[in-house]
Amino acid sequence: MIAKRKTTSDVMFEIINIAILLILCIIVIYPIYYMLIISLSDGYAVMRGEVDLLPVGINLTSYLAVLQNPDIPRSYLNTIIYTVVGTLIAVSMSALCAYPLSRKKFYGRNVFTFMIIFTMFFDAGMISNFMVVDNLHLLNTIWAIVLPGAINAWYMVIMRTFFQQLPEEIFESAYLDGANDLIIFTKIVLPLSVPTIATMILFYAVGYWNGWFSALIYLDDKVKYPVQLIMRNIVLSGETTSMSSSASSMTGDLGAIATNIKYAVVFITMLPILCVYPFVQKHFVKGVMVGALKG
Amino acid sequence: MWAADTLTSKGRTHLIWKRIKENKFLYLLFALPFLYYIVFKYGAMAWLLLAFKDFSARKGLWGSEWVGFEHFVNFFSTPDFFRLLRNTVLLSLYNLIFSFPVPVFLALMINEVQQKPFKKAVQSITYLPHFFSTVIICGMLVNFLTSDGLINQIIVTFGGQPVNFLTDPRWFRTIYIASGIWQSAGWGSIMYLAALTGVDPQLYESAVIDGATKVQQTWYISLPSITPIISIQLLLSIGSMLTVGYEKIILLYNGSTYETADIISTYVYRRGLLGADYGYGTAVSLFQSVISLVLIVVSNKIAAKVGETSLW
Repeated sequence: MIAKRKTTSDVMFEIINIAILLILCIIVIYPIYYMLIISLSDGYAVMRGEVDLLPVGINLTSYLAVLQNPDIPRSYLNTIIYTVVGTLIAVSMSALCAYPLSRKKFYGRNVFTFMIIFTMFFDAGMISNFMVVDNLHLLNTIWAIVLPGAINAWYMVIMRTFFQQLPEEIFESAYLDGANDLIIFTKIVLPLSVPTIATMILFYAVGYWNGWFSALIYLDDKVKYPVQLIMRNIVLSGETTSMSSSASSMTGDLGAIATNIKYAVVFITMLPILCVYPFVQKHFVKGVMVGALKG
Repeated sequence: MWAADTLTSKGRTHLIWKRIKENKFLYLLFALPFLYYIVFKYGAMAWLLLAFKDFSARKGLWGSEWVGFEHFVNFFSTPDFFRLLRNTVLLSLYNLIFSFPVPVFLALMINEVQQKPFKKAVQSITYLPHFFSTVIICGMLVNFLTSDGLINQIIVTFGGQPVNFLTDPRWFRTIYIASGIWQSAGWGSIMYLAALTGVDPQLYESAVIDGATKVQQTWYISLPSITPIISIQLLLSIGSMLTVGYEKIILLYNGSTYETADIISTYVYRRGLLGADYGYGTAVSLFQSVISLVLIVVSNKIAAKVGETSLW
C-alpha cells in the first residue's frame, strides 16, 4: 500500500519535471525559431501579425536584400579573417605561456603565475587599453582586434593544468634521450594535447567570432567592421533604409520588408554557431570541466 | 628580476643562473607571452596614472600635469555617482537573487530525468544560447520588444496595452536580468550537474528503502551534496559585484533609460572614451577596479575557507 502510493507520487514528480523541462526548452528554442520564420515570411503577413508557428508566404527576399548589401558579405569575410588569425595567435600564445608555467624546474614560475593571475582580478579598464593600442599605432588595424585578447588567463590556466597532468616519466625519458624543452614541447607535449588544444581553438574562436566591442572602440573604417558590428548598426540603430529600398525594388513593397531584414540579419549571424554547435558541444563541456576542477 | 630578488649570496645567485641556463628553452618559449603581458596588461596599468593627471595628448602620459585626486573628487561630487553606484549594485544584486538560483534548479531537474536521450536534448538546447554573441541577444531583444514586436503582439492579443519596453526605464532591469537567464542558465548548470553525478548512488538507494519520495531525495540528498559548490559560486559572484556586463547595456540603453541602465562601466565608455575625457574616465574606471579587486580577494579568501571545510 505504502509502496504503491510512493510510486504514484514519484511518477507524478517525473511527469511534472519533464513537463517543466519541455516548457523551458520551448522558451529557449522558440525565439530562435521565430527569427527564422519571420525572416522567411511575407512582409505584409509579418506586419499583420499572422506569423507565429509557421512562415507565411515563404520567400527569400529579405535574405537577398541582406546579401546584396555589400556590408554584410564583406563584414562576414572580416569576421572570418579576425577569427582565424586571432584564434591562431591566441592558441599559440596560450600554449607558449602554459607550457613553461607547467614545468616545476621553470625558475620564477610562481612570480610569473602571480603576474598573470593578477591581471584576471585587476582590470586596467577600457581607456588604458585604448591608450596602449593607440600608442602602438594599432588603431584601425586587424591587430587591434586580435592582439589585446591574445591570452585569456582562464584558458591558459586550463592548458597549464592539462600539461601538468601529463606523466612525468615522459619528460624524464625525453631528457635522458637528450631532448631539450623545444623538442619536448613541439614533438611530445603538443601532439599529446590535441583534444585540449581543439577545445581551446573552439573557445577562442567563439570569442573572436562573437566579439564586437573592440571593433567598436578600435576601428574607424567601416570597411574593416566585423559582422557583429554591422549587425548592431542595422538592428540596433535602424540602418535598414538602404537595404529595404533595394529589396522593395525587387518586390514593390516599401517598408514592409524592414522588419524581415532585421530578423534575417540576426539569423544570418547566428547561423554558423547553429551549424557548428551540434558537433562541438561536448568539447566545450569538457573544457568547462577541466577549468572547474582546478579553477 | 629573479637575480635582484635573491642577491643574498654569490653562491645562490650562481646556482639560480645555472638553473636558468639549463632551462633556457623554457624562457625562450615564455618570451612572447611575457612580452604580451608586459605590453598589453602592465602597459595598460601604467596608463592608470592618467587618473591623477590632466591629460593632454601633446604632452603624453609622463608630461601631463599632475592634478592629484581632483578627478576622484569631481566624480564623487556629481549626482551621477550615486546613480551609477546604485544601478551597478542593483543589477548585480538582482542577478544574485534571480539569475543565480536558476542553474541550480535546472541542474537538479535535469539530474532527475531518467530518459537519456531526453536528458541530452535538454542539455544541448539549454546550453545553446551561451554561444550567441551579445549583439545577437540584443538584436533579438530589440526585435521582440519593439512596439509591434512579438511580446507586444502577445500582450495585445490578450487585451492589454502595448508597452514601450525599450524606452521605459522601469523595464530595463527586468529585460537585462531575464535575457541573462535565458542566455546563461543552461551553461551555468554544467558544473552543478557534474557535481550531482558524483553523488554516491547508495545514498539514494537507502533513502528509497526508508520511503523517501523523489522530492525528498532531491531536497535532502541532491541539494546538500552540491551546497559546497553553490556557496563557492555565490561568494565568487559577490566578489564580482561591480563587474556588470556592460556590453549588453551599451547595446540596449538609450538616453531615456539612463536612470536605471547607466552603470560605472558604461559611464566610463561614454564620458571617458566617447567624450575623450581620458583623465576623468580613467579615475572612474580605477575606482571600480580597486573596489572590485578588494571584493574579489576577500571573497576568494572566504571561498577557499568554505571549500576547505566542505572537503572534510
